[in-house]
Amino acid sequence: MRILIVGGGMGGTILANNLARRLAPEMRSGKARISMLSASERHFYQPGLLYLAFGRITPDELYRDQASLLEPGIEFRVDPVEEFMLDKNQVKTKSGKVEGYDIVAIATGSRPVPELIPGLAENSETFYTEETALRMFKRLREFQGGRVVIAVGVPHKCPMAPLEITFMLHDWFKDRGLNDKVKLHYTYPIGRVHSLENVAKWAAPEMTRLGITYETLFNVKEVDGKAKVVRSEEGSETPYDLLISIPAHRGMEVIEKNKLGAGGFIPTHRNQLNMEGRSNVYVLGDTTNLPISKAGSTAHFQAEALGENIAAIVKLGAPVRDYDGKVFCFIEAGKDRATYAMFDYQNPPDPKAPSKAIHWFKMAYNKLYWTSARGLL
Amino acid sequence: MSEHKVIDARGSFCPGPLMELIAGMKLAQVGDEIEVLSTDKGSADDIPEWIRKVGHDYLGSREEGGVWHITVKKTK
Repeated sequence: MRILIVGGGMGGTILANNLARRLAPEMRSGKARISMLSASERHFYQPGLLYLAFGRITPDELYRDQASLLEPGIEFRVDPVEEFMLDKNQVKTKSGKVEGYDIVAIATGSRPVPELIPGLAENSETFYTEETALRMFKRLREFQGGRVVIAVGVPHKCPMAPLEITFMLHDWFKDRGLNDKVKLHYTYPIGRVHSLENVAKWAAPEMTRLGITYETLFNVKEVDGKAKVVRSEEGSETPYDLLISIPAHRGMEVIEKNKLGAGGFIPTHRNQLNMEGRSNVYVLGDTTNLPISKAGSTAHFQAEALGENIAAIVKLGAPVRDYDGKVFCFIEAGKDRATYAMFDYQNPPDPKAPSKAIHWFKMAYNKLYWTSARGLL
Repeated sequence: MSEHKVIDARGSFCPGPLMELIAGMKLAQVGDEIEVLSTDKGSADDIPEWIRKVGHDYLGSREEGGVWHITVKKTK
C-alpha cells in the first residue's frame, strides 16, 4: 500500500508520524510505504507568529528541519506537487517526477490574500507571515498614539486571532504608558464580536471594561490609505491611524489550478475526511471546505482520526472511526491571561474565566508543539 | 450561467453559518443562488439581516427536521 502525504505542515506531519507508528510492521515488511512531498525543508510553527508581532518569540523558535520531525522510514522529499491526476492515482511534482499512490492525503494548507481587498496590503499591519509579523513588531514599537483599528477578513486562519491580537495590543500599549493616547477599535464581520456565541458573551463586556470600542457587521470592502479610512461592505466607514488586519485566506494555488475546489478548499466529507466523490483521496487541515475553524488543532485532531482510519484500511480493509469536528483553541486574553474553547459538531464551547495558568500552559505548548508534530503529544 | 450552490454549515459553531456564507459570497458569481444549511436557528435571523444590510437578495427560509435552509442571491 503506497500512502502519499502532500504537504509538510501540522496536519501532514502529524498524520505521517501517526501512520508510521501504526504501520511499523507493514513498513518493515514492505507491505506499506509512506512518503511525503512538501514545498519546504523547514517546518513552520505558525501560531508563534502572534507572539513574534510583540517580540515575545524570535523567528528561529518557529522553525525545525522537517526531516528531523519525521519517524524513520517516512520517505521525505522537498518537491511540491504541481499536478494531481486523481483518475490515475498519480501526482506530478515541480521537478517533473510522477509519483503513484494507493491513498493520498492532501494537507497543503491556506494562505493569506490581503491583495484581494483594495488598499489593504499596503496600508495595514498583519502577522500571518514572518516578514509581516516582524514589520508589525517594528511598527508597534514606533507607534506613539492614535486610533488603532482591527479589521477581519473571511475566512481566516485561527479564529481566536482577532480577539487575541486586540487584547494583547491593549496590554502592549498599557505597559508603555500609552493607554490614554491609544484608542482601540475592533471590527468583526458578523453581528457579535466572535463567531462562537459563548466566547462573544465573554469578550464583548471584556472589551467594554478595557475601553475597547467595537463595531459588528463590518466586512472590509476597501482601505483608503490617503484618507486613512476603512470602508465596509455594509456601507459604514471608520478612520484609523494604525490598521491591524486579519486577512482573508484562500487555499493554496495548486488546489485551485487543479480545479479540486473553489477558493483552494477541497469539498470534503465531514466525518470520513475523504474528498467528495473520491474514496482514496483524503483531505485535512485548512485544505478542507468544512465549516470548522482553520486552526492547527483542527488539523491535529483530523490527522489522528485519519491516521487511525488509514492504518485500519491497511490492516482491516476499512476505516474504523469518524472525525467528530473536534477543535481546541487557546484564547490569549492579554499579555498574561488566557482561556480556551473546545467544541465539536454537536457541542458548543463553554469558555471559563481567563487565568494565568492557561496562559502559561499556552506558552509551554509553544515549546511542546514539536512533540505534537512528532505525533507524541 | 448562474448556479445554485449549497453551503453545508450544519454543526458549525466556528466560524458559523453566516461567516461561511460571507466566505461563499466572495467565490460566487452575480446571479448565483446560495442555500445555507444550518442547525442554528439564529441563522434564520442573522443571515437575512446581513443580506439586507449588504444589499443582496434574501429568497427565503424553511426548517426541515431541525435544519434551516436559508436561500439568498448574490446581486452585485
